[in-house]
Amino acid sequence: MALQQITLHVNGEDHNLTVRSADTLLFVLREKLGLTGSKPGCLNGDCGACTVNVDGWPMKSCLMLAIEAVGKQVTTIEGLHNTPIQQAFVEEFAFQCGYCTPGFIMNCHSLIEQHPDADGQTIKEWLESNICRCTSYIEIEKAVKSVLRKD
Amino acid sequence: MLPFDFDYYRPETLQEAVELYQKQAGQGKQVIFFSGGTELITLGRIDLAYVDAVIDIKGIAECKIIKSEGSQLLLGSALSLTQIEEANPFPLLTKVASEVADHTARGKITLGGNICAQIFYREAVLPFLLADSQLMIVGPEGIKTVQIHEIFQGQLQLKRGEMLVQTATDRRFIEAPFYAVKRRQQWDTGYPLITLAALKIGQEIRVAISGLCPFPFRSAELEAHLNRWGQAAESRIAGALSVLPKPILDDVEGSAEYRIFVLRNLLYDALSVLEGSRV
Amino acid sequence: MEVIGKSVIRKEAWDKVSGRARYTNDFQSVGMLSAQMVISPYGHAKIAGIDTSKAWQVPGVRAILSGKRYPLTGEAIRDRPPIAVDKVRYHGEPVAVVVADTPSQAKTAADLINVKYELLPVVNSPTQAFQKGAPLVHEHLGEYKKEEDSLPVPGTNIATHIKIRKGDMEQGWAESETVVEASFSFAPSDHAAMETRCATAEIQPDGTIIIMTSSQAPFMVKRLLADYFDEDMGKIIVHTPLVGGAYGGKAAVQLEVLAYLASKELGGKPVKLFNTREEDILTSPCHIGLDATVKLGADRNGKIKAAEIRYLWDGGAYSDKAIDVTRSGTVDCTGPYNIANVWCDSYCMYTNHPYAAPFRGFSHSELSFAIERTMDLLAQKLNIDPLQLRYLNAIMPGDTTPTRVRLTKSNVGDLRKCIEKLRELIQWDEGPIKVINDRFIRVKGVSCSWKTSTIDPNAPSGAILTFNRDGSINLMSGVVEIGTGTKTILAQILAEKLKMDVDKVHVRMEVDTQTTPEHWKTVASRGTYMAGRAVLEAAEDVIRQLKEVAACVLRAPEEDLEVGGSRVFLRDDPVIGLHFKDICYGYKYPNGNTIGGQIIGRGNFVLRHLTGLDPETGEGKPGPEWTPAAYGVEIELDRRDYTYRLVKACTVLDIGRVMNQKAAEGQVMGAMSMGLAFAGRETFYFDDLGRVLNPQLRTYRPLRYGENPEYVVGFVETPQLDSPYGARGAGEHGLMGMPGALGNALSLAAGVQLNHLPLIPELIWRAKEAKHHASL
Ligand SMILES: Cc1cc2nc3c(=O)[nH]c(=O)nc-3n(C[C@H](O)[C@H](O)[C@H](O)COP(=O)(O)OP(=O)(O)OC[C@H]3O[C@@H](n4cnc5c(N)ncnc54)[C@H](O)[C@@H]3O)c2cc1C
Ligand code: FES
Ligand code: FES
Repeated sequence: MALQQITLHVNGEDHNLTVRSADTLLFVLREKLGLTGSKPGCLNGDCGACTVNVDGWPMKSCLMLAIEAVGKQVTTIEGLHNTPIQQAFVEEFAFQCGYCTPGFIMNCHSLIEQHPDADGQTIKEWLESNICRCTSYIEIEKAVKSVLRKD
Repeated sequence: MLPFDFDYYRPETLQEAVELYQKQAGQGKQVIFFSGGTELITLGRIDLAYVDAVIDIKGIAECKIIKSEGSQLLLGSALSLTQIEEANPFPLLTKVASEVADHTARGKITLGGNICAQIFYREAVLPFLLADSQLMIVGPEGIKTVQIHEIFQGQLQLKRGEMLVQTATDRRFIEAPFYAVKRRQQWDTGYPLITLAALKIGQEIRVAISGLCPFPFRSAELEAHLNRWGQAAESRIAGALSVLPKPILDDVEGSAEYRIFVLRNLLYDALSVLEGSRV
Repeated sequence: MEVIGKSVIRKEAWDKVSGRARYTNDFQSVGMLSAQMVISPYGHAKIAGIDTSKAWQVPGVRAILSGKRYPLTGEAIRDRPPIAVDKVRYHGEPVAVVVADTPSQAKTAADLINVKYELLPVVNSPTQAFQKGAPLVHEHLGEYKKEEDSLPVPGTNIATHIKIRKGDMEQGWAESETVVEASFSFAPSDHAAMETRCATAEIQPDGTIIIMTSSQAPFMVKRLLADYFDEDMGKIIVHTPLVGGAYGGKAAVQLEVLAYLASKELGGKPVKLFNTREEDILTSPCHIGLDATVKLGADRNGKIKAAEIRYLWDGGAYSDKAIDVTRSGTVDCTGPYNIANVWCDSYCMYTNHPYAAPFRGFSHSELSFAIERTMDLLAQKLNIDPLQLRYLNAIMPGDTTPTRVRLTKSNVGDLRKCIEKLRELIQWDEGPIKVINDRFIRVKGVSCSWKTSTIDPNAPSGAILTFNRDGSINLMSGVVEIGTGTKTILAQILAEKLKMDVDKVHVRMEVDTQTTPEHWKTVASRGTYMAGRAVLEAAEDVIRQLKEVAACVLRAPEEDLEVGGSRVFLRDDPVIGLHFKDICYGYKYPNGNTIGGQIIGRGNFVLRHLTGLDPETGEGKPGPEWTPAAYGVEIELDRRDYTYRLVKACTVLDIGRVMNQKAAEGQVMGAMSMGLAFAGRETFYFDDLGRVLNPQLRTYRPLRYGENPEYVVGFVETPQLDSPYGARGAGEHGLMGMPGALGNALSLAAGVQLNHLPLIPELIWRAKEAKHHASL
C-alpha cells in the first residue's frame, strides 16, 4: 500500500503511474511526468512557486499528495497555451528570473476563472500566496488587472 | 518530500473510518486522520511527524457538509477554509479563517485540521469558542455531540480513534455583531502575534484569543472583567490583562511584554467597536 | 537610437511564462544520484564522533562522505573544510553528505547518521567577536593559505582589517562645531532567491568534470575546483542554465564542491545536490550583518569636515567573500559625501553565524543605513533640512573618494541632480510630516548612496558572434541570465550597433565554460558595461569582415559602405548592397567561386587603471565608476500601535543612459522592494547556541504582494563616457538607500532614534518605552 497504481488527469490527459503514497503532487509532476514548469521553492506551502490548478482552484502542489489528486483535473503551466494572462505577464515585464512565474500565473489564471470581476482586495488576498523576490509586484498587479474584466 | 512510507486509506463512511483507524492502531501502527494533510506534509519532511498509515476523511459526506438545520449551522470538518470563505455561512468564521496561512494554502487546510492541529494558533477554533458551538465527534463508541467548552481545553481533547465530524452553531451567534483582527509581527502576512475575535451577544462581550499563549482560549474570568459595565474601559482592560492564562508566548514573533501591549490595544478596539459610543 | 532605451521584451520571456524555462534542478538524467547533507544543529561545537552505520543499511545508499580531511576551501582565505571536521562553526554547516538512488532514500539515511557534539562557547555577534578574550572561531588562523590582500590577525577573530586614513583628523575635528556619533547594528539575513541553490557533478572516464550549477560565477567554479583539488582546468566544464534569482548569493562557490567530491567518491557517477529551503537559508552563504559606529563633524554651515567610522562586519564562520564585502564597504565608507578627513577601520569578523556572500549592493545598503541615519542626526542637530544637508555635501566631480580617487563627471555622475529630481518627485517641499489625525501620521525620510564595484582589476569579459545562414546573429557571452535581463540588453547593444532588427539577434542563455567566452562573474551590476563593451568590439569585428567581403563584391572601397537592416550597402546609394545572408558564409559567385567564408566576431574587455589598496592608508583605485542615487520613503505610522504602512518609495539614480526603459524600472523597483523587506522585516533570529530560529519562508518573510508601497523611479542621465551608450550599473542601487530612508522616516515619525534593523513595530515600541522610562 505504500506504492499505489493511480491515474492522474493532467493537462487534459490521463497518466497511469506508480507512486509512493508519500509522494507529493509536485514531485510526481516533475519527476514522473517531466513537467518541470512547477517549481520547488520551499516544499512547505510557503512560496507558491509550485502552484497548479486543481478542479479550477489554485493548489500548492507541494502540499498535496499525488494520490489526493486522483479523480481531479490538474492543470499545470504546461497546460496553458498563449492565454491572455501569459501575454500580459510578458507585456508588463511581470517577471525577471522567472522562477516564481509559473506559480504566479497559475494562481492568476485560477483567480480569473473563479472571480473574473475580482477587485483589488480579492486580488491581494489571492496573490499574497506567492512570493516574487525579483519584481516589485507592481508589474504583476498591472498584468492581472489588464486581464480581469473591467467594469 | 516525505522520507518515510505510509499506507493511504480513503474511507467513504464514518464507520469505515473509525474501523480502519482501530484496525491499524491495533496492529501497533502509528495512524492519523488526514484532512487537509498539510501538517503531516510540512512537518514530516523535517522529521517532526511520522506515520505508518493515514486515513483521508475528505471522502466522507458528513465531513463535507455546509447546511442549516433548524436554528443551527452545520459545518463539516473536512471543508477547506476556502470553501467556507466562499460560501460565507458564518461571517465571523470567514473573517478569522481568511487570515490563516494564505489563500492558496487555505484551499488545502481544512476546518477540522486547523482546529486539531499541533500548531499553537489554531485560529479557526476562535469563532466556535465564542459561539458555544456543539461538536459532533465519532469514535469507537459511536457518535456523540459535545459542547465545545467541555472538550476544548487549549486543544480538542479527543481520545484515540476519535474524530471531529462537524460543528453545529446556533444562528443567534452567527448573526451577532462581531469584531476580529489578526495582528502580525509586521505588515499583512505571517503567523499571528495576536488574533483576537470578539462577539457581542445581548449586552455581553465575549473574546477569544490566539497567539498570546501556546493555545487558543476563551476565558470566563477575563470576560467578567471586560463586562464590568460601570467601569471605564481602561480599568476593565487592566482587569482582563491581570487574569491572563500562562504562559505568554515569548519568541521570534514577539516578546511576551509586547504581545500584552498589542492585546491591550486590540481589546480597546474590540470594546469600542462592539459597544459603540459606550466606551 | 532605434533599439537602445526601448522596452524590448526579454528574449527568454515566452519560455518563462510557459514553463519551458529550465533551471539547474530541472535537468535530471537517468541514473543521476541524489545527495543529501547532514548539517550541524549548533553554532559552535566539537565533533566528538560520527556514526554512519545505520545509514549504510538504508537501501539505495551509495556513498557517505564524512570525517575526511579534504583540502581547505575559501576565496580570500582557505579557511573552510568543505565538510566539517573536528568542529562545526555555524548552524547549518555540512558534517556529512549521503548519496543514494533517490532523494527520499538519501534523506532517510542522512537522518540516521548520528553525530555527537560537545558544545563550545558561541561567538554571537561581531562586537562580541572583537572583544579581548572572545572565544576563537579559528584557532589556526595564521596557518591558512590566503590571498595577499587578506589581512587576518591570528589569535583574534579578525579575518581582515581595512583602513582608510585620509586627510588630517585633528584638523577635521577642529573645524567641526557640531559633532554627532551613533551606533547601529543588524544581524545577518538572507537572499531568499526563489530558486534554491543546486549543483550537479559528473566525472567522465577520461577525467572530464562536468558541473551544472545555479551560479553567478560558473567561471569561478572552474578556476576554484582546479585550484582546490589540483584538477586540470581544461577538463572542467561548468554549465549554468537560467538562474532563478541570485542577488549576490550565488556568487559563492559551495555546493559545486560537495557535488564534485560526492561524484568523485563514486567513480564519477552523476550526483545532484539540491538545497531545501532550510539548507539554502542555513547552510549556504547569507547576507552579511553589521555593527557600526559613525561619528561626523560639521562646521556651522553644515559642511562635513570629519568622519570617523568603525565597521564590524559579521562575516560569519568563514571569510570566503566577506573579506571582499568588507573591502567594498570601506572604499565607499562615507556614503556619497565629500569629506576631506576620513578615518575608517573596517573589520571582517569571524562569528559563529552562517557565513556571508555578497548581497545586492555589496555592503552598500548596510553601510548606508549607518551613514544615512547619522546624516539625519547631524541635520537635526544643525537644524538644517536633511535633504539640503545632503545636497550641500554631495560628492561632485573634482572631489576625491575615501581612497583618494579624483572624480570626474563621467565617473561619478551627478548626485545633486538626483537630489533635485527626488525633491520634486516626493514633493519634499510640502514638508516631511503630515499629521492625519491624533493617531496617524505620514512622514517622509530621505537618503543617498553611491557605489563603485570593487572587482578584480584584471576581470575579463568576452563575446563571440556567429551567423546563421539567414543572416541572423547568435550572441554568446559569459553573462549569466539571473533575471536582470542583461542578455537582452546585450542583444539591444548589438542591434543598435549593426542597426538591425533586435529580433534577428539570438542570444544563448545557457553558459558553459568550455564554449562561452568568459565573463568574470555576473555580479556588481557590471554586465552591461563589461559585456556590452565586449559585444561592441565583436560587432566592430563583424562589421569589418562584412565590409571586406562586400567591398570586393560591390567593387567599392570599404569606407563607402554602411551596415544597417541586416545589409551592407553603399552609403550614397543604399539600393546597391548585399544582405548578410549572402556574405556571412562567404559570397558565392554564379559560377560557384566563393570568397570570404564564415564570419565570426570576437570582442573582449578588461577594466583599466584599477589598483589594490594601500594597507595603511587605503589609497588606490578600487573601481571604474560610481553610480549615485537619492531616495525617499513615505510611511504612515499609527502612533498608538507603532504599526506602519509603506506608502511610497522613490529612487532617483544617475543611470548614465537608460538602455531598456521597463527593464530598468523593473530592476530599480525590484531592488527597492528587497531593500524595504530587508529594512522592515527580514533578519535571522539567533538563540544562545547560535541557532537560526527562522530558517523557513514561513518565518523568514520577504515582501508579499500588496505589502509593497507605490514605487516611483526617476533617472538622471549623465553618460559614463567609456560605457556602451553611456550606461552605468543600476541593478543594485534601488535597494541601497531603502534602509536609511525608512529608518529616517520612522525615527522622525515616532520621535525616537531607530538604529537597528529590522524596523518592526516591536522595535519602535521598545525604543518608545525606553525613552518613556528614561524620562520618568
Ligand atoms: C503556508 C502555511 C501557513 C500557515 N499559517 C498558519 C496560520 O497563520 N495560522 C494557523 O493557525 N495555522 C497556520 N498554518 C498551519 C496550519 O494551520 C496547519 O498545517 C493546518 O491547520 C492543518 O490543517 P489540515 O486540514 O491540513 O490538517 P491535517 O494536517 O489533516 O491535520 C492536522 C492534525 O489534526 C488531525 N485531524 C485532522 N482532522 C481531524 C479531524 N476531523 N478529527 C480529529 N483529528 C483531525 C490530524 O490527524 C493531524 O494530527 C499554516 C500552514 C501552512 C501550510
Ligand atoms: S514549493 Fe510549494 S509552496 Fe513553495
Ligand atoms: S521573477 Fe524572480 S522570483 Fe519572481
